[in-house]
Amino acid sequence: MRDINAQQITDIVEKLCIEANYHLPKDVQGAIKTCRACEDYEIAQGVLDKIVTNFEIADSENVPICQDTGMACVFLEIGQDVHITGANLDDAINEGVRRGYDKGYLRKSVVKDPVRRGNTGDNTPAMIYTEIVSGEQIKITVGPKGFGSENMSAIRMFKPSAGIQGIKDFILETVETAGPNPCPPMVIGVGIGGTFDKAALSAKKALMRDIDSKNPDPYYADLEEEMLEKVNKLGIGPQGFGGKTTAIGLNIETLPTHIAGMPCAININCHVTRHKTEVI
Amino acid sequence: MEKHIQLPLTAELAETLHAGDTVYLTGTIYTSRDAGHKRMCEALAKGEEIPMDPKDATIYYVGPTPAMPGKVIGSAGPTTSGRMDAYAPTMMSVGARGMIGKGARLPEVVEAMKQYKGVYFGAIGGAGALIAKSIKKAELIAYEDLGAEALRKLYVEEMPLVVIIDCEGNNLYEEGRADYLSKQK
Repeated sequence: MRDINAQQITDIVEKLCIEANYHLPKDVQGAIKTCRACEDYEIAQGVLDKIVTNFEIADSENVPICQDTGMACVFLEIGQDVHITGANLDDAINEGVRRGYDKGYLRKSVVKDPVRRGNTGDNTPAMIYTEIVSGEQIKITVGPKGFGSENMSAIRMFKPSAGIQGIKDFILETVETAGPNPCPPMVIGVGIGGTFDKAALSAKKALMRDIDSKNPDPYYADLEEEMLEKVNKLGIGPQGFGGKTTAIGLNIETLPTHIAGMPCAININCHVTRHKTEVI
Repeated sequence: MEKHIQLPLTAELAETLHAGDTVYLTGTIYTSRDAGHKRMCEALAKGEEIPMDPKDATIYYVGPTPAMPGKVIGSAGPTTSGRMDAYAPTMMSVGARGMIGKGARLPEVVEAMKQYKGVYFGAIGGAGALIAKSIKKAELIAYEDLGAEALRKLYVEEMPLVVIIDCEGNNLYEEGRADYLSKQK
């Protein structure tokens, strides 16, 4: 059993909120540059050049890449041999978010009620996802999620007879409907299987994976490659002005599911796909 | 075509702009998002004044991050314009002409643009750090309680934009994509 003080969690969440919003992960930077090199449509090249300049400015000047500094999605993998001391875990995380969004000059984008609205003023509460794993460490990932892209996400409960073609059509239909709204080039997270809610969570987790990683199952790795290629034949292009680069990455996560169902969730992210991880 | 535009955006100026033009905007613009638009349209419905002069005005759909010490403004890229579709025709009916944002607009907004000679400009979504460089002055003028959504008056120099929908209803989202796809065959 290892004791971990909640204060340490607060400090790390604070730091990760700021760093994730200032510094685009290297894998995402690399994917954008690779797509720029392959883009042959003039207006699209211009947009991608400005996107590269933008994340380079943010990186070197320590400023937010995008003004939508997101809802703070905080993923924790907590070792079952860890004992958290000193404060309640959710409180510790929210205090980290509160401090990070204040000290980092990040936008406060959270309202306290979905219908009656009312900004909470400090970007809390965070969206907290905990998972108990073996060991005595805590792995914390902060993924600030913007809502221009979140709003274009979708979920569908398929009949198993819809098969792989149903999934493929749904991915293309969702990207088509999203069009220019989610700030393309986008990153697409797909979650297949599980239950209604677990499919959606898997789609979000797919966005946290490195953009150049592949699903370990060759069947889904091939599907990732095939669907990214198909998405990039739609012609939507950067910002929707036309071009090849509609998406810079597509990750699929799967789960076992019920004999009667095949849930599929698609979580759309923009080119500012942020995530930063630290292990205690 | 690359064009350098000095605001205000008069009807004559609007007529010279075409979907797909790259423009660099200089002059005074206003910022407003969902909550600010809602308040302004409610005020207009009651016959009250709004806290900006709408004549030939350009409204930027943005909620910037807080300004760091010594800076005019924080990161300031566009938000999704579709959320302002319910309000845009009303704003144009009282004289506002330019809109800066990103994403698709409803047909009724495009119809209002044709009627009132409106122009819809796209700023690059997600390029908030870059766009902030073109904002030279920022002044909070109303609705301070709305935080990032408060109404601000900005002075911009050479703000990099693209005309997405012009006052004849031509739409870069449709034309750009069709043009790209036609070249792939």
